[in-house]
Amino acid sequence: MTRTARRTGVAALATLALIGIAACAPPAKTSDSTGTGGVNASSATSAKDLGGMSGLIAAAKKEGTLNVVALPPDWANYGEIIKGFEAKYGLKVDSAQPDASSADEITAAKNLKGQSKAPDVFDLGGAVASTNTDMFAAYKVATFGDVPAALKDANGLWVNDYGGYMSIGYDAGKVPAPAKVEDLLKPAYKGKVALNGDPTKAGAAFSGVVMAAISQGGTADDISKGVDFFKSLKAAGNFLPVDPTGATIESGQTPVVFDWDYLNVAQGAKLKGKMEWKTFVPAGAVVGGYYVQAINKDAPHPAAARLWQEYLYSDEGQNLWLKGGARPVREEAMVTAGTIDTAAYDSLPKAEGTPVFLTTAQSDKAKAYLTANWAKAIG
Amino acid sequence: MAEPPSTLASTGRKPVGALLGVVPFFAYTAIFLAIPTLIVVVGAFLDGSGRPTLGNLSALAQPQIVSAFVHSTVLSAVTALLGAVFGALLTYAVATARAGGLLRRLVTSLCGVLAQFGGVTLAFAFIATFSAQGFLTVWLMKYGIDLASTTWLYDWDKGLMLVYTYFQIPLMLIVFLPAVEGLRPQWREAAESLGGSTWNYWRHVAGPILAPSFIGATLLLFTNAFSAYATAAALISQGSPIIPLQIGGTLSSEVILGQENVGKAMALGMVAIVAVVMTLYVVLERRTSKWLGS
Repeated sequence: MTRTARRTGVAALATLALIGIAACAPPAKTSDSTGTGGVNASSATSAKDLGGMSGLIAAAKKEGTLNVVALPPDWANYGEIIKGFEAKYGLKVDSAQPDASSADEITAAKNLKGQSKAPDVFDLGGAVASTNTDMFAAYKVATFGDVPAALKDANGLWVNDYGGYMSIGYDAGKVPAPAKVEDLLKPAYKGKVALNGDPTKAGAAFSGVVMAAISQGGTADDISKGVDFFKSLKAAGNFLPVDPTGATIESGQTPVVFDWDYLNVAQGAKLKGKMEWKTFVPAGAVVGGYYVQAINKDAPHPAAARLWQEYLYSDEGQNLWLKGGARPVREEAMVTAGTIDTAAYDSLPKAEGTPVFLTTAQSDKAKAYLTANWAKAIG
Repeated sequence: MAEPPSTLASTGRKPVGALLGVVPFFAYTAIFLAIPTLIVVVGAFLDGSGRPTLGNLSALAQPQIVSAFVHSTVLSAVTALLGAVFGALLTYAVATARAGGLLRRLVTSLCGVLAQFGGVTLAFAFIATFSAQGFLTVWLMKYGIDLASTTWLYDWDKGLMLVYTYFQIPLMLIVFLPAVEGLRPQWREAAESLGGSTWNYWRHVAGPILAPSFIGATLLLFTNAFSAYATAAALISQGSPIIPLQIGGTLSSEVILGQENVGKAMALGMVAIVAVVMTLYVVLERRTSKWLGS
């Protein structure tokens, strides 16, 4: 159900295919990407360096193509976003291996370095992004200021793009609606509560434990209460150690699932008519998780890569993500400015309270705690 | 050819053709056994940037890894013993059935299949039977017995133990049957004609003859369970309670990165445990063949 899970199946194949492509691709031309501003596009840190948006568009059109990797068309509405970009700027988007994983994106960039088929931009999970920042080119989009400081690198090396809040999805026909997280300890949920993966392995499950911690009075610095919560859940016989997927939800095997709200909402939409799958974001325990957008510093189409970023962070791009059920990173600024797609925005699950985002240091601390205590708590 | 074939034989040199014949075997073991083992052993002593370190080995002292080693050993030992005892009883029943009879042929061929019935398919069979939506659970529900909210199937010391025992018993039959078939009826007749009781026969004749191969087969079952991965991975998704799952976690985690070489150190620990068990196995096997040969 997580993107990584969906993507890993074809990872090996993807890598092989990319290597195959590498063998016959011509070397990238870098000389033709100079904008009217006189700066080479691959070192431009904002559209201004290329003579403003018109300069950037001209340079990108000259390159003609944008290489993207690991963007499934049905994931966060990427299919429509790619079509919108192509129509607006007349560039061709070459989407390679849509089902590859975040790690595969980095591998592809390394293997194809200097080739015209190398990916221009990345869309990565947080952990993979933070260990590969040396592969990124710093760039600030026009709307850079709208992105909350915690959700971007100060120099624009990477910027969070879209994401969601940790939520509890449940089959309303089978279990009572939970009003708060500790309701799940009640006998009505016996053997029914599943977490999307092992938190020492899967990002969604990791955030699920953080959410439980905050709901139980813990903080982003100390997630021990979250682990304790799952320990009590296990002791009550309510914790179901099954890895939930669309299939287990549909068959009724996993009636309560901790997962990202956009995935639970998508599940509900898919099962409409068959099952009433509802999504609940606990008040005061809003934990956010965002994907990361970055430009490959060795991008074969540096101007197109930058134009793609401008498009993604424009109102148009942000609303397209929103339409796919994901929360765009400029959500708050767009609500204030009234530019948000209200119909799509209102269909998102309601969340009360300030969203919590773990810093790298907090997340490292949480990982160390989980490594040492998770197996013990639920074993 | 300068030399006649007889000269080759008399000098004790093997013809080149015979050596060529084993090349595929050695190439195969080099690629799928020797090289991976070497990679594991070397990797266990390297850090993320390729410098030598003992850090990976000392990481094995972490409580969750120690308990995974303990769980793996207990799981393998218990299922090996259960498999050995029930498998041996089954073997004896089969061996005393009419040779070439339907029952005997049926049971041995069934065991041949079941001993290899592991991995995802076996886990799925148990999930389809016992899980919340399993057919047995749903069927019992009709009679008012609610097992849907129990989660024992996903515990390493309950569900996993049952599932492992399921493939251990047939494997025991396969490896133990030749030894039981080696018991000659004349020995029993001889014991009886000398006035020995059934107990005397088992205690002084059949028992000592079967013991080494029984223990050897038990050790084989131990390593069989110890190294199993797919069955456990398909069934257990939380907490990585056994060591093969811990190793899998170091390779596939998207949360905790850079643990690959700790995984290799864990694999090295497994190699060490299996080496001890296999040494025992070889010693016992040598003793068995000496016994039966004399």
